[in-house]
Amino acid sequence: MAAANLRTHTYDVVVIGAGGAGLRAAIEASAQQAKVALVCKSLLGKAHTVMAEGGAAAALGNVMGEDNWRVHFRDTMRGGKMHNNWRMAQILAQEAPDRIKELEAWGALFDRTPDGRINQRPFGGHTYSRLAHVGDRTGLEMIRVLQDKGVHSGIDVHMECTVFKLFVTGGGIAGALAYFRETGRFVLFRAGAIVLATGGIGKAWQITSNSWEYTGDGHALAYDAGAELIDMEFVQFHPTGMVWPPSVRGILVTEGVRGEGGVLKNATGERFMFRYMPDMFRGDFAETEAEADAWVKGDRKKNRRPPELLTRDVVSKAITREIAEGRGSPHGGVYLDIASKQNADYIKKKLPSMYHQFKELAQVDITKDAMEIGPTTHYVMGGVKVDAETQEATVPGLYAAGEVGGGMHGANRLGGNSLSDLLVFGRRAGFHAAEAGRRGSRSHIPDSEIDITMQEALAPFDRAEGENPFAVQSALQAVMQRHAGIIRDRLGLETALAELDKLKVRALEAGVTGSREYNPGWHTAIDLRSLLVVSEASARAALERTESRGAHTRSDYPDSDERQAREQIVIRKEGARMTVQRETQPPIPADLARLIKEGA
Amino acid sequence: MSEQRRVRLFRGTRERGELKEYAVATGEGMVVLDVVHAIQAEQAPDLAVRWNCKAGKCGSCSAEINGKPRLMCMTRMSDYPADEPLTVTPMKAFPLIKDLVTDVSWNYEVNKRIPAFQPRAPDFPDGTWRMYQYEVERPQEFRKCIECFLCQDVCHVLRTHEKHSAFMGPAMLVRAAVYEMHPLDEADRREHLRHEGGIGYCNITKCCTEVCPESITITDNAIIPLKERVVDGNYDPIAALWRKLTG
Repeated sequence: MAAANLRTHTYDVVVIGAGGAGLRAAIEASAQQAKVALVCKSLLGKAHTVMAEGGAAAALGNVMGEDNWRVHFRDTMRGGKMHNNWRMAQILAQEAPDRIKELEAWGALFDRTPDGRINQRPFGGHTYSRLAHVGDRTGLEMIRVLQDKGVHSGIDVHMECTVFKLFVTGGGIAGALAYFRETGRFVLFRAGAIVLATGGIGKAWQITSNSWEYTGDGHALAYDAGAELIDMEFVQFHPTGMVWPPSVRGILVTEGVRGEGGVLKNATGERFMFRYMPDMFRGDFAETEAEADAWVKGDRKKNRRPPELLTRDVVSKAITREIAEGRGSPHGGVYLDIASKQNADYIKKKLPSMYHQFKELAQVDITKDAMEIGPTTHYVMGGVKVDAETQEATVPGLYAAGEVGGGMHGANRLGGNSLSDLLVFGRRAGFHAAEAGRRGSRSHIPDSEIDITMQEALAPFDRAEGENPFAVQSALQAVMQRHAGIIRDRLGLETALAELDKLKVRALEAGVTGSREYNPGWHTAIDLRSLLVVSEASARAALERTESRGAHTRSDYPDSDERQAREQIVIRKEGARMTVQRETQPPIPADLARLIKEGA
Repeated sequence: MSEQRRVRLFRGTRERGELKEYAVATGEGMVVLDVVHAIQAEQAPDLAVRWNCKAGKCGSCSAEINGKPRLMCMTRMSDYPADEPLTVTPMKAFPLIKDLVTDVSWNYEVNKRIPAFQPRAPDFPDGTWRMYQYEVERPQEFRKCIECFLCQDVCHVLRTHEKHSAFMGPAMLVRAAVYEMHPLDEADRREHLRHEGGIGYCNITKCCTEVCPESITITDNAIIPLKERVVDGNYDPIAALWRKLTG
């Protein structure tokens, strides 16, 4: 097929990805009178937002009136180990309450306080009870509400449609090329503005909470289009993934279990988190089990939070250490116990899907027994470098919102900040993209460029005898798990980069058989291109950052280096080469810096 | 611990297809989706299967396992006898695309036509409302729906009689029930449910409730109350208004 008779659609704004950020962006762009398409790799409503369990962080102050945006901002910056884009953290803290209330006006049914307002639960790293939630299925509620709002907003939805190329002409975004999974046919979207909302890169690791979709497509598309990526060394390993049986390894166990009083224990029965208090948080957390238990029971004025609610980077590292030092559970995890802290009815009411998940998949009754858990790849803090106000990337007309955007969460994301991020920055991206899209030049995309792109995508069919793409993918995951996982060092990262070079060759030689219709082998061959870009970017940035900070832990540089706190590792494509550069972020304004240091 | 299992998968398209048997090594705790993935990764890379979360939360991997509509990710291999082949086929109530994947776009079209959520004016000048936990719990049950469409697949009105043009099916009735029983909603969906939705086609056999992986009491809690509203709305507007006001 040639470019001349390619199916083509023209829009003001094309949003790629239909999780919370994509849907919110599309709804906003449409509200601003733009003609909008929403393109999603899976069916609508299946994106990873449905897996978000615990809640959305917003300083509504419904449960603890002391809360306000300043405290939320401070918690976010401290949780991000001072590496966050301060302006994004401020915008998030200030706008999240309105975005949550807006969701309620669109039909969301959050759990309630006794006086009928939106209830809020405590979570790791948040000073006050701050997460608006629906049991342990908050993300599902959010996506359904946005989905229903979206379908009544006049947005065209293209489902099971994978974008694999962005076109940039005359210095700005011009369009995107995609294929439909069902038919394998190509489709060209011409657009004045494109919003990336493709989520994360978790599929680059073996043990992950992410599904097949999260191959870093948006990161790779932006990189390929000339945009800058930042913070790619910061990959969040969530402390609590399932570890047994092997087939469910990595599936997420919500932080809500700890928010509701669940405790972490090692094989000796010790509640070990008391031993892992970082200096930064000393004084903010309970020092004895009695104090922590009293807090869980509801006496929150006189007692401090349990240390299980420390930030995710801290808890993940503590668990890793317990296991490494021989105090792990039989299947290589530690224990998460809520059964001894809450009664069965409460657990089933507050954590219904966790109860169901363990019962069905592991045959463990969490109201009676402890869960076996361990760290799992969960979220990438790094992403496309964007303007804090508009979410525009360094390529004009290209926007990024949600996980694919970089900077907001710094070196470590707080639980609950992702769902508010989607809403706050999804809306901003949609708003500004609508403006850019309507005035966009939609300059001509040369047919020759489209033809070459299609030929490259179909090339695996010419190599029926080539290696199975699934084998290449699993080899890549093994490399990243082993050499670019939760604890890294120079030697390992250099090995990872050398291995990735070999995998690039194997990916180019991979082949597929069968037809173009719904052929997962072919889809995987195309996804490999994104996986290789994000894996290399993550390993290169990790090698460059010679310190440990937040989620990035170097065994050869175990300490944080304050000189690097505000330094950012910027990844860019130059010719065929990936370049790595250090840039210093703008300083935090004095009043905000004081707020972080001295408290709100 | 590994044991050899025989699995028969439907392979093919609308025009032509057949059950094909594969031998797979299975390990402890494996679910049907793991086995399908193992076949895909090692023996048949072009095997089409839809999946996402692998934890029963997204509702993508619906299929029929030994003839029963189920989520592949929540069905353990150990629940079936090891000496008999296990059969996995696509959902029957929807047009086949390829192998285990069906075209479920009809559900999205039906959903689009359900009248949208329409809240009453805010209770307070700051644009907020007050709702109580006991009020939200009723519609919250329906919001557990993961859109796996297994209830649509098992419903004989759709599966056997193919009344897709006349009946919206249990999943979409659940969808409508969220808003009909939403404490803030003021829209009236009775006409829609009665005519376009064809709620009268449901004769309460409760097959949908039995297959729901989220254990939503579809028939008793969603469909029957909706049927009552539609009937009451037709014959007794005062009673209907009363119901609407009292939820």
